[in-house]
Amino acid sequence: MTRVRLTDHLVLILGVLLMMGPLVVAFLTSTHDHVEIHREGMQFTLGAEFAETYATVLTREGGFTGEITGLLMTQNSLILGIGFAVGKIVISMLAAYAIVYYRFPLGTFFFWVIFSTLLLPLEVRILPSYEVAQQLGLLNSYTGLIVPLIASATGTFFFRQFFKSVPDELLEAARIDGAGPVRFFFEILVPLSRTMIAAIFIIMFVVGWNQYLWPTIMTTEEQYFTLVRGIKNVMQQMIGADIPFYNEALAMAVLAMLPPAVVILVFQRMFIKGLVEQEK
Amino acid sequence: MTTLRIRDAVKRYPNGVEAVKGVSVDVGDGELVVFVGPSGCGKSTLLRMVAGLEEVTEGEIELSGRVVNALEPADRNIAMVFQNYALYPHMTVRGNLAYGLRNRGTPKPEIAAKVEEAARMLQIAEFLDRRPSQLSGGQRQRVAMGRAIVRDPAIFLFDEPLSNLDAKLRNQMRLEIKKLQRRLGRAAIYVTHDQVEAMTLADRIVVLNGGRIEQVGTPTEVYSRPASTFVASFIGAPPMNLVDAQLDDDGLQVAGQVVAHDSAHRGPVTLGIRPERAHLVAGGAGLDIEVAVVEELGAHRLIHAHLGGHEVTVAQSADEPVPAGRMVLSFRPEDLHLFDRGTGVRI
Repeated sequence: MTRVRLTDHLVLILGVLLMMGPLVVAFLTSTHDHVEIHREGMQFTLGAEFAETYATVLTREGGFTGEITGLLMTQNSLILGIGFAVGKIVISMLAAYAIVYYRFPLGTFFFWVIFSTLLLPLEVRILPSYEVAQQLGLLNSYTGLIVPLIASATGTFFFRQFFKSVPDELLEAARIDGAGPVRFFFEILVPLSRTMIAAIFIIMFVVGWNQYLWPTIMTTEEQYFTLVRGIKNVMQQMIGADIPFYNEALAMAVLAMLPPAVVILVFQRMFIKGLVEQEK
Repeated sequence: MTTLRIRDAVKRYPNGVEAVKGVSVDVGDGELVVFVGPSGCGKSTLLRMVAGLEEVTEGEIELSGRVVNALEPADRNIAMVFQNYALYPHMTVRGNLAYGLRNRGTPKPEIAAKVEEAARMLQIAEFLDRRPSQLSGGQRQRVAMGRAIVRDPAIFLFDEPLSNLDAKLRNQMRLEIKKLQRRLGRAAIYVTHDQVEAMTLADRIVVLNGGRIEQVGTPTEVYSRPASTFVASFIGAPPMNLVDAQLDDDGLQVAGQVVAHDSAHRGPVTLGIRPERAHLVAGGAGLDIEVAVVEELGAHRLIHAHLGGHEVTVAQSADEPVPAGRMVLSFRPEDLHLFDRGTGVRI
């Protein structure tokens, strides 16, 4: 182990300030009155309106229809984030399992077909995707929010690489122990992949949580609004009113950041383990 | 009775390569048969065909009186011990041992009893709640054997199980495998490329080369009457000396010298003599050779000498005086092995 030097700490502290500073300022500002913010700009002290602002943001029935609250948006975001991550993991694990363990004609070809979809992100295929989802009657539904997004070339690729590194002998031992394809998958492969699953869950949850474009075009009813869309709405609504509710918009931004941060904190040890260690 | 009967087994891969080219072997009840040969000789493939991990292209595998060609490995009543142990890393030792039984739907109390018994037999009872990653190589190997034992199979299949252990542990485990197999009284096939393991473990050795059987016999038979130059050079350490010779009416012509020999065969042959059956003497009947290098191994020593253009190795006890210079290679006529020079087959 090398000695810890002062400069190392300085670099790290600077990094923390750079990354965390804006968040802290956003949080501090959100605890002030919107008039005060409008007058004095961003705040660097803790204000008196913390409880009030956050309670308003979470519970006020907003929008044109009055159907949506901050709490409901958080719930929608969670459904999208978790559904997105879980769906991607399930689909890509199954795809990778088929590609690695079954010898079917053109298996490699299909893998590369899946892989090449990396070149076609949502933005490129958004019109056809919308068309299909619309014809299936998925507009304004959680299914429509999640399902069209869960096919994942990245996930399939990661799981494929991982499955390929699992020794063949393990499969053979399982065959001798009477484990069929389904048992082998659920009782051997899934438990072996759990660090991998955790790592992909984190990444995909954050990606899903931050989805903006797709929810915007898929859902028009306010009851399906997510937090990320809500932030914009708070600001937009206030145009025309006297002073925008900066504090509420910032509070919403802080709230929108919390769940991904919690997920990362909870899973980070498994995440790092999944990246550096192969438990076999 | 015969536990396993392999009849004319052929393994041909889709790309046309034949790994096993028509092999027939019987394994009797309680017999430990060792498949030995260099890498790529088809010994592991043959074992995996018996296990059901490789499909049999041609021929039949008959286990306990029924043909098992079409059966899944789990339905064949076999148990296999793998080279890299192949333990399930996310299960405890207990889970590893119980997994196969659990999949078969064995009642829980019975599983527990069998696991306890196997663990006691293998002295791994104290590790039952640990994960494989917390065990040493030798302990993992025991767990792998335990997993085979709890299945109570008709035949045990060992695929180079000791090759990942260090030399000392290997000798110890080798002995334990043999004891265990005797105690259980079950047939076993043991695949190895290590001829020492083959000699010490086997009731019968099957020497394989290029997908074919070179010789089947007890360790003594294979050692003292090798069927071909391949077996002669593969079994025994250091390997048998093989020297080109010629049989004619005068006897055996070796490197310009003549040794009396009563064989009726005539023509070019390969002469074989084991290093430990040859002696170096100062004078008398035999072949003149020139000592080149002496290797001291403690209890005995190896002498490398020149016989004409050939190098010949002689093993002798360290108690004997160190030979040097020109000596005479002496041997008993019955210790000479003659092989056809073209085919390598024993004459």
